[in-house]
Amino acid sequence: MKRFLYELEESWKIATAQMRSNLTRSTLTALGVIIGIVAVTLMGTAIAGISVGFDKSMSVLGDDVLYVTQWPWKPVDDWWNYRDRKRIQTEYAEKINRIIAATPNSNLVVAVSTSSLMRSIKYGGNAVDNVFTLGTTSEFTLTSTINCKEGRFFNEIESREGAQVVVIGYDVADALFPSESPIDKSLLINGQLFKVIGVNARQGTFLGLFSWDSMVAVPLTAFNKYFSAKSASDVRANGAKGESDVRVKVKDKKRLAEAKSELTGILRRVRGLAPEQKDDFSINEQQAFKSTLDPVKNTIAVAGLFITGLSLFVGAIGIMNITFVSVKERTKEIGTRKALGARRRTILMQFLIESTALCLLGGFIGLVLAYFLCFGIGKAFPSFPIQFSFGLVVASMVVSVLTGLISGFAPAWTASRLDPVAALRYE
Amino acid sequence: MSLVTRAPGPVVIDIENITKDYVMGEETVRALRGVSLQIRRNEYLAVMGPSGSGKSTLMNMLGCLDTPTSGRYNFNGRNVADMDDDELAAIRNREIGFVFQTFNLLPRATSLRNVELPLIYAGIDPETREERATQALIDVGLGDRIHHKPNELSGGQRQRVAIARALVNNPSIILADEPTGNLDSKTGEEIMALLEDLYQRGNTIILVTHERDIAAHARRTIHLRDGLIEMDHAGFIPELDAVIAAS
Repeated sequence: MKRFLYELEESWKIATAQMRSNLTRSTLTALGVIIGIVAVTLMGTAIAGISVGFDKSMSVLGDDVLYVTQWPWKPVDDWWNYRDRKRIQTEYAEKINRIIAATPNSNLVVAVSTSSLMRSIKYGGNAVDNVFTLGTTSEFTLTSTINCKEGRFFNEIESREGAQVVVIGYDVADALFPSESPIDKSLLINGQLFKVIGVNARQGTFLGLFSWDSMVAVPLTAFNKYFSAKSASDVRANGAKGESDVRVKVKDKKRLAEAKSELTGILRRVRGLAPEQKDDFSINEQQAFKSTLDPVKNTIAVAGLFITGLSLFVGAIGIMNITFVSVKERTKEIGTRKALGARRRTILMQFLIESTALCLLGGFIGLVLAYFLCFGIGKAFPSFPIQFSFGLVVASMVVSVLTGLISGFAPAWTASRLDPVAALRYE
Repeated sequence: MSLVTRAPGPVVIDIENITKDYVMGEETVRALRGVSLQIRRNEYLAVMGPSGSGKSTLMNMLGCLDTPTSGRYNFNGRNVADMDDDELAAIRNREIGFVFQTFNLLPRATSLRNVELPLIYAGIDPETREERATQALIDVGLGDRIHHKPNELSGGQRQRVAIARALVNNPSIILADEPTGNLDSKTGEEIMALLEDLYQRGNTIILVTHERDIAAHARRTIHLRDGLIEMDHAGFIPELDAVIAAS
């Protein structure tokens, strides 16, 4: 054991001396690994970033909220079965809430209606087209995490009376009020004046998935009053009253299945379905969305890591090549060491450590480069969620060491098997 | 030259009828055809012979760098003919000190680190290692060159470092292969004086050379020819040697 440690130390000394004396060669060889590690690490951060982006977008939906919609949240082949379903009415929320209140030990907490339309918003000289405009009630805050940077969400009174107030997303605020606070300013939505009472904190957008940043929310009563579709083309694009759904908060997210069947029962009552009729609505949850997105995420991860892994593989071949050269050059030295009592595994270890040290150096430089690149990308594209984690550092170091060991093994094995007589005679 | 011959001790190397064949393509070269030899502790032996005589092959056998095709080889009573690579490495490490014609020092390591190398392979701790390597360097007269690298040393000094490296593990024999071959004659004489000194201090030395002047330092000379021992005689007999050189 002790001897192993001494030999290890000796091998390490040789490896560093070797790298220093063949600086150009070592640098060029390490460059292959550097590029490989940068590629793999960046891909790793991108994948982690995509994952976080998905999760963040998902979190808008909430994991304890059921969504009642006309169309299910998954691709359907038999779209004609869904097309003619009765629309989800905003009045359902009230009906559902009454039933919940009358049901002892209900698994449901509260139902909230939302309607949405794309609307243009103006303030002074600034205008934003096609803003996702949401009409809802004050209970909305129960089903979704609203994080106001400034101001507040509208309250029950404003909600009931249909006050002309609006809560705007970060990007909307940024576009309309580049240099002032939007609070208490009045802006025009579809030609109607609305007073800004709250601005959401920045959430970040990702792949066009849900984000509060580009939305505005107004009380449902006001929404219904002012934003019904006016023209035929508007009806085609948005529907007469926009897209409506009902969100229902669940008491215990561990009992989602029971909550779902309870809600199904309530909705069948509300919809007045006879027992033999099929459900003509869809109940969706975050999880369903996730399970359609996860395969996409995983495919990106596998394909990305495979392609970037190739560049690391090329780097590894470079290391293998240079280690072979090193063995060849130092054949006589290997002979001398064997004559002085170095055993096979001593020689094996010596060259493995050389290749590993080279890969570790490359890996370390690559990691530092990747860190700065990530930093740069984060600065240049703030919306892209970059995740540079400690786990990634450990992983890339482990990958470097493995690369060194694997690529160094064949040459090191050759060296350890050299016949001492032939090696000593080699010139 | 007044030579004091020390009384030989117990048998260190006992070779009986060893042969070594090399297969080169279709041909089999019989480098050793049946050599028997005993070497005792405190001997100073020269192995001579023209090129192709099997001199190098015998040296490789004696140095446990290679194993014979047939025959028996006992080293301090242990049969080394059937040992595997790692067992041979252990024997080389502890029992044999090599001195090469081309010195074979590690170019980027100091004298001290070069001399320490066999001790590392023997698993000796760093403090003892440094102490013993320093002492070995002092013993060969290089106490002031401990931290020099080979390219900062003269040829003779390099060979002294190599000799210190051969000595440092207290081996049973020192095997010197043409130790003066790369040195001018004056430096060569200095190295030979050092070997003589080591012999007088109780080391066993085997000298492989084709130079008669060098072989003259030994107390016993073996002449090889065509893979066989042609002559094995005590001391150095100039007339005899002249006959051999002429033949």
